Amino acid sequence: MSASAAGAGTGGAVPQPPLPPQASPAELIGIVADPVLVRHPGRRWWIAFGVTLLLTLGLGGCVAWLFIAGVGIWGINTPVVWGFAIANFVWWLGIGHAGTLISALLLITRQHWRASINRFAEAMTLFAASIAGLFPILHLGRPYRFYWILPYPNTMEFWPQWRSALVWDFAAISTYLIFSLLFWYWGLIPDLATMRDRARSRAAQRVYGALSLGWRGSARHWQRHDALYRAMAALAVPLVVSVHSVVGMDFAASLMPGWQETIFPPYFVIGAMFSGFAMVVTLAILLRRGLGLEAVINARHFDAMGKIVLAGSVAMGISYLTEWFTAWYGGGRAERTHLGYLFTGDYAPLYFIMLSCNVLAPQILWLRWARRNLVALFIVTIVINVGMWLERILIIWNTLSLGHLPSMHHVFYPTFWDWATLGCSIGFFAFLFLCFVRLFPAVAMHDLNKRLHGEKVARA
Amino acid sequence: MTASAPAAPPRHVLLVEFRDPETLLDAARRVREAGLQGLDAHTPFPIDGMTEALGLPPTRVRLAMLLGGIASGAFVYWLQWFSAVLNYPINSGGRPLDSWPVFLVPTFEAVVLGATLSGIVAFLVGCGLPRLNHPAFAAHGFARASQDRFFLAVADPQVDAARLAALLDRLGPLAMREVVP
Repeated sequence: MSASAAGAGTGGAVPQPPLPPQASPAELIGIVADPVLVRHPGRRWWIAFGVTLLLTLGLGGCVAWLFIAGVGIWGINTPVVWGFAIANFVWWLGIGHAGTLISALLLITRQHWRASINRFAEAMTLFAASIAGLFPILHLGRPYRFYWILPYPNTMEFWPQWRSALVWDFAAISTYLIFSLLFWYWGLIPDLATMRDRARSRAAQRVYGALSLGWRGSARHWQRHDALYRAMAALAVPLVVSVHSVVGMDFAASLMPGWQETIFPPYFVIGAMFSGFAMVVTLAILLRRGLGLEAVINARHFDAMGKIVLAGSVAMGISYLTEWFTAWYGGGRAERTHLGYLFTGDYAPLYFIMLSCNVLAPQILWLRWARRNLVALFIVTIVINVGMWLERILIIWNTLSLGHLPSMHHVFYPTFWDWATLGCSIGFFAFLFLCFVRLFPAVAMHDLNKRLHGEKVARA
Repeated sequence: MTASAPAAPPRHVLLVEFRDPETLLDAARRVREAGLQGLDAHTPFPIDGMTEALGLPPTRVRLAMLLGGIASGAFVYWLQWFSAVLNYPINSGGRPLDSWPVFLVPTFEAVVLGATLSGIVAFLVGCGLPRLNHPAFAAHGFARASQDRFFLAVADPQVDAARLAALLDRLGPLAMREVVP
């Protein structure tokens, strides 16, 4: 009922007005920049900051204890050698895909609504991919030797085994991390210059000034910025696809039933998009309310993102069906046993929960009402990310718990440290995000202003 | 006694401020048609057609990216071939030593990374950035060039403020300032 009020973020339908059509560039910049430069963070931000800071310290503690005591603190056992660490890695990396994909794919396909969401989606990508990158190192028995996977001249006269999917993984993820950092930062430079020019304190002027590299908005700057940014966007789309395909090949290049499937690379890419978009929606809802960006992120955006999430859910459903069908139709005994284990084995209840989270729950987004209702969207997207985490852990558990020999049948029981590392990594992500929204403009101001101006001209 | 290198006239820059990008585009076309040199614009967002209006040469950022991508990809492919075939040959499950299809995966990543890094270097070199101090920053009101004002910059030793003002007659600039480095 109170949905007409300004802070209608928590209940009811999204209030309609998109960006005020007469909004001047200065007003829009004020909406985006003032929460960072002028307004105080407020009590809720400080509470969230304190909690996530504690969780971040907790993550440090988990990692320290892991390095002291070894991977035995986790619930991994001899057949199930990949536990939470690898599931967390795939899950975080999946979330870390939507940002670049939104930015790049929607830029290339001229979806102008992206301007409202691409900045924080890219930040999300950067943080999630960085956290993802930690886990493969953490799961090593000797993490201090992770750099052995690099091709560098060494006294051992070793070279990496290029035919191993893990080497591809390292190449793909390190490229992706560097790329997404640069893509995010280069899109940010003109806005950092705006922040420099608006900042009142000397310190802020200096920091933003240095970060903006002396950007003057010159026509020469814009010409090169545009060329570079568009070319990077064109590179980003195949890069994102390659990165999660390689993650899929970490599994598919093995000889294990349930992993050795040619569908894995595209299936992983779709899954990554799906969970990543869900996370973008979750964050957009929180950010919109927290920073008062109701005018910038509106019903149109949620409607469009809801449709993409729904499409992702349908694609996931088709992937699961394909997986079951090929296992049955192929007729291999190991594959059929694995298929039976999915539905009747030790983890079957979790499997059904996963299916309802990923395939059933998002079907509500067929309704226009649900796509525009923030409460419904928030719940659905959280459910999806729970489901996607379950999917990744089940891919690992279901295959490794059912080895070819009965002596290789073991169930995984997570320990306290498994849960603590996962929970604290989520806290660390939230911590990084909270810092981001207080330090950088969360919306691409120059892009949005260009779009606003274009609309104004078209109307005139 | 004439100096062998005549002292260059003080390189002043005239900054003309406009309220909207369309007027700035008109102004840019006019000064260019009048044959003025050293033109630039400072705007809060990219304006379609501004490059053409100012007659700026096409940028070579994309060419640098192409070359950088090819070079880095070729190097990484060669590195894999050299290490797997010549320097450290290992029979892994009977696969051929020169397993070129799998070499393409790291090669692709190297192409993307090399293209990105060389694009960024080309951008910085082409723009002359990072450059934290610039005379234009001292101009009054220039801070709005990154927000809601549109500036035309003319650095032509032959042109003074009066002539430029006459040239921009009836375009209604908000202000004109002279910046001397």
